[in-house]
Amino acid sequence: MHPFSYSSVNDAAAAVREQATHSHSTFIAGGTNLLDLMKENVARPAHLIGLNQLPLAFVEDTPEGGLRLGALATNANTAYHPEVEKRYPLLSQAILSGATAQLRNMATNGGNLMQRTRCYYFYDLTTPCNKREPGSGCSALGGFNRIHAILGASEQCIATHPSDMCVALTALDALVCVQGPQGERVLPFADFHRLPGSTPHQDNNLKPGELITALELPKQGFAQHYHYLKIRDRASYAFALVSIAAVLELDGDTITEARVALGGVAHKPWRERAAEELLIGQPTTEATFTKAASYLLRGARGYGHNDFKIELAKRGIVRALQQAAAEPRGPRALPWA
Amino acid sequence: MNDDQDSPSTGQSTLPAASEITAAPAAFGKYRAPTRAAFGLTSPVETSSVHLTINGQPREFHLAPWTTLLDALRLYAGLMGTKKGCDHGQCGACTVLVNGTRINSCLTLAVMQQGQQITTIEGLGTATSLSALQQAFIDHDAFQCGYCTPGQICSAQGLLYEGKAHTEDEIREQMSGNLCRCGAYVNILAAVKEVVDAQTA
Repeated sequence: MHPFSYSSVNDAAAAVREQATHSHSTFIAGGTNLLDLMKENVARPAHLIGLNQLPLAFVEDTPEGGLRLGALATNANTAYHPEVEKRYPLLSQAILSGATAQLRNMATNGGNLMQRTRCYYFYDLTTPCNKREPGSGCSALGGFNRIHAILGASEQCIATHPSDMCVALTALDALVCVQGPQGERVLPFADFHRLPGSTPHQDNNLKPGELITALELPKQGFAQHYHYLKIRDRASYAFALVSIAAVLELDGDTITEARVALGGVAHKPWRERAAEELLIGQPTTEATFTKAASYLLRGARGYGHNDFKIELAKRGIVRALQQAAAEPRGPRALPWA
Repeated sequence: MNDDQDSPSTGQSTLPAASEITAAPAAFGKYRAPTRAAFGLTSPVETSSVHLTINGQPREFHLAPWTTLLDALRLYAGLMGTKKGCDHGQCGACTVLVNGTRINSCLTLAVMQQGQQITTIEGLGTATSLSALQQAFIDHDAFQCGYCTPGQICSAQGLLYEGKAHTEDEIREQMSGNLCRCGAYVNILAAVKEVVDAQTA
């Protein structure tokens, strides 16, 4: 690792102040992705600001009937929290399908949003990468791109966002609470991450010095009809080739509300309200689900090795919606179920 | 090279003088931690005092910020049971327990664990008093080369504390962060299952 200095802070305001006093400083919480990137010399901060003393490990009710997940609550403590298991089982299922027990015990909710792509070329300092080195080019476009994006990519970058948790948070319409030099603000989850466009080095819309303090889940948790389907190269501990978070509200066999978010296919979790509207008022049939799937993938483009993802995503969406529409699953959410 | 010569003042050794080692001397055997010169640094490395309770013993170290918990345990505490496999959180060989929770010690800095209770394989049992998991690994021949074993056992101990895995499928899933290149998975599963069953019986 490149040498750096380290300081620890006790509250969010101090963290924001501390960042302003050090050039090239970065917050560190779980560190599971950041330290890996630092060992690879992809990230070379001059100063780390340790956040683990901040009182942000809570999971608590909101006055509106929702749930606030502290930015420093670990992925494991969030996924296994009784209120999350009971009211937001989709989120439990998505978190537990990612990484390993050890990593989930370290990784935090805020850090999950901040993790970088696992594009091989981003990690490989010997190859051009616009995300790592703006203007140097994209090696994945004409290279090995089996794990890369099929939606919303640009000629500058076809990387994907690797998170499972964020796909569920997108479907659940979560909010991201941040604190920065200009004070506090709240971002809708869909506005947090960015598409690559011509600025692939920017993963998200945080302003310089801003710190995630909490995620807020609205009251509606879709605890009856939900499914997180993760399709990957091995049964455990692998990133998604394609993942689908699907939730439904049903009146008998008729769909009254639907959300579908996709992971592994774009630079951010992918969701389109128009596709969900196609499902409203329709019966829970394969034909209905196929229509929505085709709509979601209508603009998809493969880059050679990842062409298979387009058909895989369509079939996955149908499957996930079928699973969600099936009998209420109850609160127990196991990743392989 | 004279292994008995611990002092660099003989002029024969390429080891640095103890006074040059600002990033904390290694307490273990003949190993010397890299000096600042090894990093091409000309100014002294700023170390900070890190207090860890390791296997029940309070310890203090003076460490550079980039010292991982894994390196602190192996190089500064002299506890070689915890293994460095991939050093990127992919293999699980470095698994230890922090306040009873299993983590990859390669992916956290020692300074981030200030004041925490660390349990390594050395803290789970001794040669004359094996832990239930250690005994089960022997009984089931759950290793070949043994390199992944301390991590496997620490991870399985964390799994027991978590109490989320009961069936074989659940144990497989919950142990997926520990790789074994010898492929002893079938016997590792049997060993862990035996202890899980005994604890829930």
